[in-house]
Amino acid sequence: MDFKDSPEEAAFRKEVRAWLDENAPKHLEAELRRANFGSSGVDSEDPITAGKAWQKKKAESGWACLHWPKEYGGAARTPIERVIWGQEEGPYGALSGPFVIGHGMCGPTVMTWATEEQKRELLPPLASGEEIWCQLFSEPAGGSDLAGLRTKAVKADDGSGDWIINGQKIWTSGAQHSDWGLLITRTDPNVAKHKGLTMFFLSMKTPGVDVRPIKQANGASGFNEVYFTDVRIPDTQRLGAVGQGWEVSLTTLMNERLSIGSGMSTGFPELFSFCMDAEVEGRPAIEDSAVRSKLAQFAVRQSGLKYTGMRAITALSKGETPGPENSIGKLVAGATMQDLAIYALDLQGQAGALWDENSPQNGRFQAMLMRSPATRIEGGSDEILRNIIGERVLGLPGDIRVDKGIPFKDIPTSGQRKS
Amino acid sequence: MNLDFSDEQKQLRDQVRRFLSEQCPPTAVRAILEGGERYDKSLYAGLAELGVLGAAIPEEYGGVGLGHLELCVVAEELGRVLAPVPVASSIYLSAEFLLLAGSESQKSEWLPKLASGEAIGAFAMVEGQGRTKPESIKARVSGGKLSGEKMPVADGCDADFAIVAARDEKDAVSLYIVSLTGEGVTRKALESIDPTRGQARITFDNAPVEPLGNSGDGWHIATQVLDRAAVLMAFEQLGGADRALEMARDYALDRMAFGRPIGSFQAIKHILADMYVSATLARSNCYYGAWALSSGASELPVAAATARVSATTAFQHCSKNNIQVHGGMGFTWAFDCHLYYRRSNGLALALGSLSTWESQLIERMSSGNVEAAA
Repeated sequence: MDFKDSPEEAAFRKEVRAWLDENAPKHLEAELRRANFGSSGVDSEDPITAGKAWQKKKAESGWACLHWPKEYGGAARTPIERVIWGQEEGPYGALSGPFVIGHGMCGPTVMTWATEEQKRELLPPLASGEEIWCQLFSEPAGGSDLAGLRTKAVKADDGSGDWIINGQKIWTSGAQHSDWGLLITRTDPNVAKHKGLTMFFLSMKTPGVDVRPIKQANGASGFNEVYFTDVRIPDTQRLGAVGQGWEVSLTTLMNERLSIGSGMSTGFPELFSFCMDAEVEGRPAIEDSAVRSKLAQFAVRQSGLKYTGMRAITALSKGETPGPENSIGKLVAGATMQDLAIYALDLQGQAGALWDENSPQNGRFQAMLMRSPATRIEGGSDEILRNIIGERVLGLPGDIRVDKGIPFKDIPTSGQRKS
Repeated sequence: MNLDFSDEQKQLRDQVRRFLSEQCPPTAVRAILEGGERYDKSLYAGLAELGVLGAAIPEEYGGVGLGHLELCVVAEELGRVLAPVPVASSIYLSAEFLLLAGSESQKSEWLPKLASGEAIGAFAMVEGQGRTKPESIKARVSGGKLSGEKMPVADGCDADFAIVAARDEKDAVSLYIVSLTGEGVTRKALESIDPTRGQARITFDNAPVEPLGNSGDGWHIATQVLDRAAVLMAFEQLGGADRALEMARDYALDRMAFGRPIGSFQAIKHILADMYVSATLARSNCYYGAWALSSGASELPVAAATARVSATTAFQHCSKNNIQVHGGMGFTWAFDCHLYYRRSNGLALALGSLSTWESQLIERMSSGNVEAAA
């Protein structure tokens, strides 16, 4: 066991460091390092402009979408090289936030299902950050039960082969900045719910697409509602066959949960440093045995995630596929961050309720408190993640579904409860 | 980056697992639980013969000279099957004390016997209720003779010698090797929550001793050895946690209620998922501990406490929820769930309680090794 790079890995790391040293936007480093949870990373510049500039610079030197094929704007690097890049890019990685969904989910889906011509057209500007993509999946009636979605796509009756889209999506991250969207729709309500879905992509500037930011519980607006009113798109923008949308969406969702070695933040280093400074009963909080017990439990969750990531990297480094252990990442990080934020405020006493310029660490813990509920829901709620671990890792049977094999139109929906 | 065991170490694991599946079935653990012997002598002899007791003992002292990573592999397997043997006392502790602080003649005398299972060692530090601190050690050595009482001492009734922490004539905490079969030693077996690992009270009345390490270094040496033992013990706990999870999973697949396997209910599935999470975190933290132990890294104090806290938490979590998933049957004497519950709660206290290790972890992180927090 060791934490050393192989000679090839060390050489690659050196190359990455040299390039970053020359090219990284160092004037933003301090700001990125102290960025708050739920913020976009930079405030001194427009985060989209700053992100696009950094992504373009990376793309020009072959550091964008490292694992993608070169013909699609990538660099055809190995998975372990991608991990090393991420480690070295460090705080600057946050600048690429606007592209996370496009690079992580939409891109791989397009790569799997689009025509060669479409891939060559759509993927390079996505890789270089010229264009931003969003994922139009969740709906008011279909979150965890994604296949319960109701946005309709019907063939135009003019024989053009075009599709007419009507409906509403919700929780769409970054829709207000996006050029393209990956859209899942219902094309047949008369078959079972997973069978009647079809996937498309479309320009967010298509007439009839209306993006409305959602004001979130923490006051920020990262998510949006997207309304579709008689939106017309050509059949060539369909991904996969009609009725194959569920299968196509799985490509996206599998990629959503595959973020190896990303080392999700729990906020522990920040809490630890706070406890070094804060006082309890007239002495440093870090010396109090009750504080220590709490901190220790947070510490072992943080380090457990860190070394779980390293075990996955080990597998990649040996050319193996990482095991299922990485599926615990968001489940642990989200709940830990929330518990930890509540505890940090507790240590601040009654003043913990305040969230202003006097709050310790720039109000970081208050921001974590208010953002963490979303972490436990987005990209698969804690409960869905537990189902996935239970069923795919431990091999337990799925729940019995009362909507199985029933035509979609006959499935009971919300709001039908008799009072 | 290589945070995994080697192919050879995995082969060793398979070999030990096969051996234990034959030599240490649940019936063997029950035989100890239900009285008669205090530990499984034939199993212990078999482990010695297999060479695993001496895995981390150098060849010049009668060991196999593999290393601590191999001993971690062995510990995990022993933990999986709840092996009722004095391996923690004799190997994780006594052998490590000798390796770290023993004189050449002490090493030559005892290590070969520990590796072959011919002798068993115990570690006697604790004196009754409460957290052990240097101030709580009252046993005293005067004129080469030890007097005082140690309790509990794991495997104290079966050990041939003990490494005892006691005050010397300068009132400093020092370590001594004391024969437990000679004069001035009275031993009494104590009942405990986990009868598959023996506990004893040992009363010393002018028992002859031999110093181990320098005068006044007792607490310091013990702290270092406890860190090493904590990593190995964490692997035992990890093995137990994994096995408890497997038992609960298997039961959830077999047991039908309301016309379906209970594992299809989310209420049960989510308990099992959380058990998987805690066992996975513990495994990753244990590997960190194994790396620090085997490489002599300066992070060992933090890594050992991390592995220990994580594995203690995971084993307790998995063993109590294993009973919960089994329902009423899990609370019967006939089912094995309580064996894991007993062991998990016993091991949680061995080497110092969870809250003690939690406190040590944060103290160590705050004193110098702040990087470990990142």
